[in-house]
Amino acid sequence: MSRGDRPLITDFSLTLNAGEAVALAGRNGAGKTSLLRAIAGLIRPSGGRVVFRNGEAEIEPDDAVARDTHLIGHQDGLKLSRTAWDEVLFQVLWSGGATEAAKAACERLGLGRLLTLQVRKLSAGQRRRLALARLAASPRSLWLLDEPLAPLDQDQRAVFGALMAEHLAHGGLILAAAHDPLPIEARPVEIGG
Amino acid sequence: MSGFSLILRRELALSWAGGGGPFLALGFYVAMASLLPLALGADPARMAGIAPGFAWLVLALASLLSLERMFERDFEDGALDLIALGPAPLEMTALAKGLAQWIAIAAPLALLAPVIVAALGAPTRLTPIVVTCGLIGGLSFCFLGGVGAALSLGSRRGGVLIALIVLPLFTPPVIFGAGAIEAFVAGLDWRTPLLLLCAYSLGATALCPFAMAAAARNAIS
Repeated sequence: MSRGDRPLITDFSLTLNAGEAVALAGRNGAGKTSLLRAIAGLIRPSGGRVVFRNGEAEIEPDDAVARDTHLIGHQDGLKLSRTAWDEVLFQVLWSGGATEAAKAACERLGLGRLLTLQVRKLSAGQRRRLALARLAASPRSLWLLDEPLAPLDQDQRAVFGALMAEHLAHGGLILAAAHDPLPIEARPVEIGG
Repeated sequence: MSGFSLILRRELALSWAGGGGPFLALGFYVAMASLLPLALGADPARMAGIAPGFAWLVLALASLLSLERMFERDFEDGALDLIALGPAPLEMTALAKGLAQWIAIAAPLALLAPVIVAALGAPTRLTPIVVTCGLIGGLSFCFLGGVGAALSLGSRRGGVLIALIVLPLFTPPVIFGAGAIEAFVAGLDWRTPLLLLCAYSLGATALCPFAMAAAARNAIS
């Protein structure tokens, strides 16, 4: 894995099994974000490969990404000039969820009365919860989370922890880069030297 | 197909939500047309001769105005990552974005064009050919412009860069469109240049989404 001419991660191997969460740790700039984006197919790694398996059968990476992967990045991908509901609904429908599921997820994340507001009027934590709503509303098995907790307060971290625990209980996979401890049991993995 | 229509509807909603829809381009078009008599003097006969070609050229320029928003917004706020992880390949997203640009910007410009032409003193019998050229040529302007927009992702002052990338590619549709309109005015064969314009626009519509998708992929990686 390299960015520009600079090698970031070398000799790295990780297997993530169904129902398992891994917390990536590493100093700033170690390549946590690049690793997550490479798994999501947004960056081509300079060597090595990402393999997705369903039982013994290998899944095409393009299909795995298009159908089974959620990525929560630094940015939430929300348009400031549209209402929160318009944006959540687009994100949920785009990632394969249904309108009812989007409503239920918003209620669960305590967004109910914010949905008619423009995104520009929402705080960073509220915007992040909008982005998290699509995790809850559209069933995809692999969650790639890049610092998902940073803007959330304690109560919302607990809600999000419950969401993650449920996801794992249903056989989901979570790979999270986080400096704060995750609100669930996760296997720590250190990257970068 | 649902992915395609989702993007198309979102793009159309965004063009109204984030920039007043077609009014920026339409306003530019009207302003340029009203400057022409001030620059050339208001001699009706001379004006009527220039009007069709001028209107066609300014239509091409006006369609440059909102290109910057086509990819830049989604790139800046991270939505492009999300879109790349969706059900439709980026090529289809690019096609939807180009078509949305055509519906939101190029089609209104094409409908305004005969009004501009007539206001500058050319005969109103030109209306059908001007609208036809505007609608067909607009496809070229939107899709070629989209390639410029995707290529300039991440550069500051993207708007100027887009114009520099795209204007050379606008040469054929500007020539064919103006040729068709001039031939129609002179009572000559206007079908051949119009068909060439059709061919160029269809080629651009078919090929440009691939170029846009490749450039967008490069920008987010």
